[in-house]
Amino acid sequence: MNSEAKSHYHILPLRTYITVAGALMVLTVVTVAVSFVNLGGWNAVTAVFIAAVKASLVALFFMHLKYDKKINAVVFLMAILFLAIFLSFTFFDILSRGDIYSEVEKSIKGKAVIYDTMPFDSKSAGHDDSLTVENNEP
Amino acid sequence: MSTPAKHSAYLAHHFSDSIQQSDSAKLGMWIFLLTEILLFGGLFVAYAIYRAWNPDMFYNAHKYLDVTLGALNTVVLITSSLTMALSIRCMQLGNRKRTMHLLLVTLILAGVFLIVKYFEYSHKIHLGQLPGKYYTFTGIEGNNPHIFFSIYFMMTGLHGIHVLAGMGVIGWILKRTSRGDFSPEYYTPIELTGLYWHLVDMIWIFLFPLLYLIG
Repeated sequence: MNSEAKSHYHILPLRTYITVAGALMVLTVVTVAVSFVNLGGWNAVTAVFIAAVKASLVALFFMHLKYDKKINAVVFLMAILFLAIFLSFTFFDILSRGDIYSEVEKSIKGKAVIYDTMPFDSKSAGHDDSLTVENNEP
Repeated sequence: MSTPAKHSAYLAHHFSDSIQQSDSAKLGMWIFLLTEILLFGGLFVAYAIYRAWNPDMFYNAHKYLDVTLGALNTVVLITSSLTMALSIRCMQLGNRKRTMHLLLVTLILAGVFLIVKYFEYSHKIHLGQLPGKYYTFTGIEGNNPHIFFSIYFMMTGLHGIHVLAGMGVIGWILKRTSRGDFSPEYYTPIELTGLYWHLVDMIWIFLFPLLYLIG
């Protein structure tokens, strides 16, 4: 159709751009509407999911990732991947801190009990000895 | 391809042809955008941590953001992304005038975004909903509501700086287009500006629901 056009690249039809922009507008309305519905913990998940769909539309069509060399998409996905690692490992930490604190508390108590019931005189045992005893415990 | 490429004014001598040159430029731009995503990524992680720790405070504090203005700015940025993409399409088709008009519309929409942001910011400054120790507002229940506004100002502020930088680049590209620097064979700078501008749009697409629409 555009054989006369001198551009080296795939020229998208006008309709594609208009449709994508329309979809982005509709999704904006959806994300606002959904935010007024109480979904419990799922509100944040829904909001991020809709935003991710919108971002994908922008990347695929406005930024031409669908038609470009795949290496560009790989670079983009790398950024998303490393951001996901950053986020998920942070969440491993912050969502399990309560458990870790209670775990620490328990093991300190446990150790104290072991120390009390040690078979030999605890006064003669240095720090290194107490470590060995702890290792032999199970 | 069999005949040696005519040495055009825009083709640097270390590229075999203009396709290779433009592909390299685009790859370089995408790597830059990767660093941009990771730059904002740090702020998104900070947001995630503090929202996970203070869900109720975030909910109470976010009510002081104006959803209508936030949604308006979302529509403004999406429209500006559309006009940016269409300006590149017009240059691909060789319509220089149309390209310039669409770049100008993009520039104006970016300005509208910042004007809306200015009204939002001045309202918050007036109420004393400022980051960190400058926070003086007393109307929000929950611990440390200044944390929400610290994150709000840092995220939207960094984004706003990107909009401002984008306006500078779009203005420069507009000037170059009017000077006749670009043609359907060579329009890489417009395309790279477009990539940058779409990324700015994309980051706002995440900022809007995360800050304004905490359910």
